[in-house]
Amino acid sequence: MTVTSFDEIAAPAPKTGALPERPTKSYYQRNDGFIVGTVSAIVAIVFWEIMWQAGFIDPLFFSGPSATLARLYRGLWTTGDMIPHIIFSAQNFAVGFTCAAIVAIPLGIALGWYRTPRMILDPFITVLYSTPRIVFVPLFVMWFGLGFLSKMVIVFLSAFFPILLNVMAGVRTTDDQLLGAAKSFCATQGDLFRTIVLPATVPFIIVGLRQGLAHGLIGVVVGEFFAGSKGIGYLIGQAGTTFATDLLFACVIVIAVAGLGISAILQRVEQHFQSWRPAQS
Amino acid sequence: MSVTTATDTAAADRAAAGTSSQARLTARHVSKAFWVEGEQDPTIALQNVSLTIDEGEFVCIVGPSGCGKTTFLNLVAGLLPYDEGSIEISGKRVNGPGRDRAVVFQQSRLLPWRTTFDNVLYGMQLHRRFSEAEMQKRAQDYIDLVGLHGSERRHPAQLSGGMQQRVNLARALATDPEILLMDEPFAALDAQTREFMQAELLRIWQEAGKTVMFVTHQIDEAIFLADRVFVFGTRPGRLRAEFEVPFERPRRLSIKRSPEFLALTDQIWSLIEEEASRAGFMQPAPAESRS
Ligand SMILES: Nc1ncnc2c1ncn2[C@@H]1O[C@H](COP(=O)(O)OP(=O)(O)O)[C@@H](O)[C@H]1O
Ligand SMILES: [Mg+2]
Repeated sequence: MTVTSFDEIAAPAPKTGALPERPTKSYYQRNDGFIVGTVSAIVAIVFWEIMWQAGFIDPLFFSGPSATLARLYRGLWTTGDMIPHIIFSAQNFAVGFTCAAIVAIPLGIALGWYRTPRMILDPFITVLYSTPRIVFVPLFVMWFGLGFLSKMVIVFLSAFFPILLNVMAGVRTTDDQLLGAAKSFCATQGDLFRTIVLPATVPFIIVGLRQGLAHGLIGVVVGEFFAGSKGIGYLIGQAGTTFATDLLFACVIVIAVAGLGISAILQRVEQHFQSWRPAQS
Repeated sequence: MSVTTATDTAAADRAAAGTSSQARLTARHVSKAFWVEGEQDPTIALQNVSLTIDEGEFVCIVGPSGCGKTTFLNLVAGLLPYDEGSIEISGKRVNGPGRDRAVVFQQSRLLPWRTTFDNVLYGMQLHRRFSEAEMQKRAQDYIDLVGLHGSERRHPAQLSGGMQQRVNLARALATDPEILLMDEPFAALDAQTREFMQAELLRIWQEAGKTVMFVTHQIDEAIFLADRVFVFGTRPGRLRAEFEVPFERPRRLSIKRSPEFLALTDQIWSLIEEEASRAGFMQPAPAESRS
């Protein structure tokens, strides 16, 4: 062992002279959350399928796992009748969400940092954020028609505020002590921004994107549900009115998988930026 | 070996600092008041403080809590404007932070997302004074000097409190300031680590040869470290007394138990006790404790 500081000299030396071994964890210990979660989900699905096979579930109002998967297979592969709807929704979502992130992140940083624009925009943000965005759907249909544009605007507006508000909060909670220390080393405004405010805000940006993602997915489905003749939301509406429960459940799976997938990507991004944080269990 | 290089860099900085016996810091009639929302009168944090610190000197400021020690340090650091008087560093008037000063704060205030090495680089990067290659070399040299060799890649959360303050000290020293300003840097450490850090600071100070203004509320810490001790009084915050510390250097921790050390501690303590009781923190000291 090399002595690196007085802190370690002051500590009592280990009696045996041998270094303690790196604690080893079994595969289960490292992944207990994932394993338990998977098992409980599988148990629930198996139980559901048994009930379905036994005929306890009325296919008019509910579906079973095997029927849902069969419909999904047909919709994505054999007939492919779900594909155009999925592509349409994915485009709406991708364009709306990306635009929301591109506008909301810089705007949130600017509003968090500068007082005057924040005071000017604050009433608008408060009112728009506390109003359910769904009430704007008829308005957007009037303005932008039944197609792509109105859906995109709904997604944009749904995802925009969670991102904006989280980023603003991140900038405003930046540690004053760190800013003071940097100022004592003659930091410019740009330095403070680049070396402290931005890195400190990264976790808030990620949280904002994840919330924006959830709201954006709601936005895309609700928007198509209300108006138009295309998209996953439209398909769900159709399936509901025609009692096609297997199609309805297949659509739900598509949306859930999309949400989980994007969420997982954001989690990876977060881990990349947060590697300096002490490990938490 | 890297330790010799560290000494060389420190020695070069020391030589470049020059040997003129000009005053490093001159404060004349400095006053500072704070207006607090909802209060009728301002808090006079400092009133009419005048003092000088010489080139290469180690000076401590002690006083009861709230006597304006931190405020004075912030004025010297240029982090707060002063109301009256003047503060000069090497003859240049202070108005704002400058590359001639570096502060070591009580909480280490390291960037949690940067490693030890990158935190030590940080002060120099903000100063924009050294080339990239120089910064790399200086960072390593001062990390070695403060005894953190081997911890370069760790993040602050993986360091003990004492190690964090070493990083903080290395970050300040690496910028090659003319005067180092330290605000109770060891107050958050346990007693044992604090004593080691005091001894370490003296060793580092002797190698780096910087002028140091060190603020503390601990009298024994002040006497052990300083060439001179300034005692601040409270309400309003002002300079009460100045003591020369006679012990020769290098000093060992054992001098803290010598009769001369204890006598000086007593003398300063009764002065501070008087101040603290004036401020209503404790009962007035019995009359016979002051001769
Ligand atoms: N930013 C501030 N606003 C108002 N009052 C302050 C501020 N900073 C310090 N003070 C007051 O000035 C006095 C001196 O404070 P400080 O310099 O922190 O004392 P010390 O460091 O000696 O404990 C105290 O009475 C404190 O309440
Ligand atoms: Mg203080």
